[in-house]
Amino acid sequence: MTKSYLSLELIDKTFERGGTRTEVLKQVSLTVEKGEFISIIGHSGCGKSTLLNIVAGLTQATTGVVLLDGKVVDEPGPDRAVVFQNHSLLPWLTVYENVRLAVDKVFSATRNKQERHEWTMRNLELVQMAHAADKRPSEVSGGMKQRVGIARALAMEPKVLLLDEPFGALDALTRAHLQDQVMQIHATLGNTVLMITHDVDEAVLLSDRIVMMTNGPSARIGEVLDVPLVRPRRRIELASDRTYLKCREAVLKFLYERHRFVEAAE
Amino acid sequence: MSVTNLKLKPQATLQPSAQVIALGHTMKPGIDRRLSRLAAQTATNLLPLLVTLTLFTLAWQLICASPDSSLPAPSRVFEESWELIAHPFYTGQGVDQGLFWHVLASLQRVALGYAMAAAVGVALGTLVGQSALAMRGLDPIFQVLRTVPPLAWLPLSLAAFQDGNPSAIFVIFITAIWPIIINTAVGIRNIPQDYQNVARVLRLNGLEYFAKIMLPAAAPYIFTGLRIGIGLSWLAIVAAEMLIGGVGIGFFIWDAWNSSLISDIIVALIYVGIVGFLLDRIIALIGRAITRGTASA
Repeated sequence: MTKSYLSLELIDKTFERGGTRTEVLKQVSLTVEKGEFISIIGHSGCGKSTLLNIVAGLTQATTGVVLLDGKVVDEPGPDRAVVFQNHSLLPWLTVYENVRLAVDKVFSATRNKQERHEWTMRNLELVQMAHAADKRPSEVSGGMKQRVGIARALAMEPKVLLLDEPFGALDALTRAHLQDQVMQIHATLGNTVLMITHDVDEAVLLSDRIVMMTNGPSARIGEVLDVPLVRPRRRIELASDRTYLKCREAVLKFLYERHRFVEAAE
Repeated sequence: MSVTNLKLKPQATLQPSAQVIALGHTMKPGIDRRLSRLAAQTATNLLPLLVTLTLFTLAWQLICASPDSSLPAPSRVFEESWELIAHPFYTGQGVDQGLFWHVLASLQRVALGYAMAAAVGVALGTLVGQSALAMRGLDPIFQVLRTVPPLAWLPLSLAAFQDGNPSAIFVIFITAIWPIIINTAVGIRNIPQDYQNVARVLRLNGLEYFAKIMLPAAAPYIFTGLRIGIGLSWLAIVAAEMLIGGVGIGFFIWDAWNSSLISDIIVALIYVGIVGFLLDRIIALIGRAITRGTASA
């Protein structure tokens, strides 16, 4: 049996508050190969963010285990860099300093000052934010902040990049632009990526596989869809592509026919 | 162009607005507009204040004009306390000093007590904000002690220190510390989960977390506490000095009352007010410089 790069094995997560137990995730198992781009899609409240937090190590699974590159994940670490939904840049640091903080922490022993500076700038260039290196997060747009968040995560050279609805708070045009950028970075660096999203087009456009979650409580993986589209992908050409439309339809059917969002479940 | 600009700006603030606009015609339109805007801004900010001050002084003059009025009118204050107003740096024997020296002595006490309150307050606030256990153990005590009026501590501290000066400093300390503790604790408790997650992903250690996340994230709250603290310190020092004696603006006021020098009291009060205002502004400025950008993410 060949071992997968990242594997989630029988993850259960139960929250307990004031004597009432809520089972959020039930028996979630998933394997991800190196270099794969995986999207996790589901209605809000289905526990997809919880799942990502478990992989990140920010939340502990009640039972089950996450293995990354043969090692058990039990605490957060820079090998699983997270791009948070609301960018989470530190507002008192400049764009450069935000990335540099991560670089200094991760490479304190292995790279000297000059190398760390160059590495910080290289990652800012990768997301085309080098020109705003000395600005504070409050001085740049939402899309730019998210790009810095991505640069910070990439700069840690993570084994797996975790994206928690990274473009959810952005307008459609900025979002499309950032999606293209993420695709390009993925093509260049070959990162392993796990992305949470609730945007069907985004999932189909970016992913190699789409993991569809059933509604909570006790959410599980309902279906995993392969997206056999060749890369590089271009959104305009895909708009009328048969495979693209079929994948899109499959996800839509899953979300809106078989697992419709029930308001009462919230 | 920038050189001309530099030279002209201070002038603009000094001159009446009408003249600045007249000058503007001979200059480039950009500078002209900037100068007239500056003058207009100064005028809109200062004019109402000047009007109210004039009205206030006039009313005061009218009310206290009669020779058997119990309080002196502004004109009499100038007359009677001219020595005091004209020679703030006068040095004499014992407590016979210019107002500057009295204020300086008070400021020294405040500086000592306040510095200690800031250091201990931020430390205790961090502890209470960080640990739910410390919060449960300490917060009720803080909430009770902070309602004790500053002067109520004075007899106790006199008994403990057996000396006026350290007692006054202790009163400043105990007055300023509560808002610093409470605001720091609130600031630490309100550090967004996002920042904590960033710290966890980066695996920042305790010290790095404290210096790089906690202090800057809580800084706006800490400075709110520090600003309230400096205000209370200045309120308390005047009262404390009235009781302990020696050189200091509080004792000066008390001494003036005992000598029936009401005009001197009025001059001293103006000093107290202006110094208090400046202290508040200084802390606010430091706070703004340090926390720039933090307020909005």
